[in-house]
Amino acid sequence: MQSKLLDSLSTVQTPEGVDLYLRLAGVWPRSVAWIIDSLIRIAVYIVLSIVTGMMGDIGAGFMLISIFLIEWFYPVVFEVLNDGMTPGKKSLGIQVLNGDGTPIGWSSSMLRNILRTVDFLPLFYGVGFISMLLNDRFQRLGDLAADTVVVYRNDISRLSDIPHQDAIKPVFDLNLKEQQAIIRYAERTGQLSNERLEELAEILDPLDQHQHKMNKKKLLAIANGLIGRV
Amino acid sequence: MKQSDFEKKYLGFWEDIEKLLDISPVASGSSTEKRKQRKNLLRSDLGETFPENYRLLCHHLSLARSRHYSPLLVERLEQMVIRSHQLFYKRKTHLLSTVLRYFTFDFARSVRNEWRWVLLSAILFFGSFIGMIVSLQFYPDMVYTVISAEQLADMETMYDPTVDKIGRNRDSATDFQMFGYYIFNNTGIGLKTFASGLVFGIGSVITLLFNGLVIGGVAGHLTYIGYSSTFWPFVSGHSAMELGAIVLSGAAGFKLGFSIISPGRKSRLRSLRDSAREAVFMMYGVATMFIVAAFIEAYWSSISTIPAMIKYSVGIGLWVLLLIYFVFVGRSRATR
Repeated sequence: MQSKLLDSLSTVQTPEGVDLYLRLAGVWPRSVAWIIDSLIRIAVYIVLSIVTGMMGDIGAGFMLISIFLIEWFYPVVFEVLNDGMTPGKKSLGIQVLNGDGTPIGWSSSMLRNILRTVDFLPLFYGVGFISMLLNDRFQRLGDLAADTVVVYRNDISRLSDIPHQDAIKPVFDLNLKEQQAIIRYAERTGQLSNERLEELAEILDPLDQHQHKMNKKKLLAIANGLIGRV
Repeated sequence: MKQSDFEKKYLGFWEDIEKLLDISPVASGSSTEKRKQRKNLLRSDLGETFPENYRLLCHHLSLARSRHYSPLLVERLEQMVIRSHQLFYKRKTHLLSTVLRYFTFDFARSVRNEWRWVLLSAILFFGSFIGMIVSLQFYPDMVYTVISAEQLADMETMYDPTVDKIGRNRDSATDFQMFGYYIFNNTGIGLKTFASGLVFGIGSVITLLFNGLVIGGVAGHLTYIGYSSTFWPFVSGHSAMELGAIVLSGAAGFKLGFSIISPGRKSRLRSLRDSAREAVFMMYGVATMFIVAAFIEAYWSSISTIPAMIKYSVGIGLWVLLLIYFVFVGRSRATR
């Protein structure tokens, strides 16, 4: 069923015997997420330094401990307690998972984030960048060692429900691929303009030997038939 | 079965699960409310029927895929299965008992397991450390090869016996500041030593040698110019924890690096994953040691009124305790 196209799906088989498809996040969304997280951290440091600045030497101690904790454990805490999402990742709709699609735990998260040090070398994730380009799951070294992946959180689909119409039977035979194409077409009605939908429907004109013009309405009616509505 | 019939038959079932997973397309109630609702569900272990329902759901997904139902339906099922999968296989940990078990058993065991790397790491670190101290007594100018003149001058003023406040030139109010600094700096160095070991162990070698030479340089120089009476009592208290932690960070780094150099019968990636898991496990304890060292350094080492003999005894005592800990703790349960 899945065609062997070049894409960023990673397949994981569960113990229940079904395949899960993880949609891997690439360099760009992860970089943006990192930048957002960095900005958040900088904002926290600024606020902290103002507060601790008023507390003298003790404040300086707090500041240093906070920097240590935030620099090393900010991603860990969020990843483990917030479904694999730091605020930056959440804003981009991506999350960290174990390679088998299960939620990430303390040790994996700790590992991938401590090894960030190496990925960051020599400057701004040079090593991590090359590592992500060199393997098929966009993993930086920390991900490789911890066996974690960053994936898009599957959100409710943008596809819309197939518009209801009285089903008709096509006057020509459709093989499986063609049936699926028509169903997918119908599911995309919400995303495409009316003109485009008509235009796409016209492509099918030659199929109909009786020279009936194919149009959107007819095609949707066929789709309704294909999914079993009456 | 046509898709509509399939949907009609199981829609109620799916909607229940979606409600449980909080991914229902028909959102109801405020998000905080839903969150609370979901937490309660999670706390009640998802109900006894969840495993069964989850398997049924997986079955539906397989059916939907093999019958080529519409992508919309398949995607909806996929999403339910992914979320359920994550919920179902979430590992529960009992923090307190895990921590207790770690320090009464696992940490010492993991260090003993890696005794070869610990040994290599110790030889590199203490070799360069002691070598530097000894050679500085004969060639005192050598110290400038590892430490700049200004830094050295700073060190000299800190430990000058003629100055009243011994140690790192501070009063008690700054103890906490220094505590923060030691945590921030030393623990950070330890974690970096570990991480940089990933680069075929080179990072570990460099950090160990560098730290050994610099620390040895300071110690050797201050000894040579006759500041022993202030320097050694100051550092003796936290030396066991801090130097021990440096050595163990290096060892954990070696384990990472070597797993790639010589993966044995595993693939390099597999070997790295397995070793990394064990190495980071060891690092929890190492990080704790750094923090204990920081605490001792800030609050015990800095007290200049305590006689040197007591400070030496405590220092040596901690070394002995540390060795006993790593040699003997957790042996009785060595076969899990």
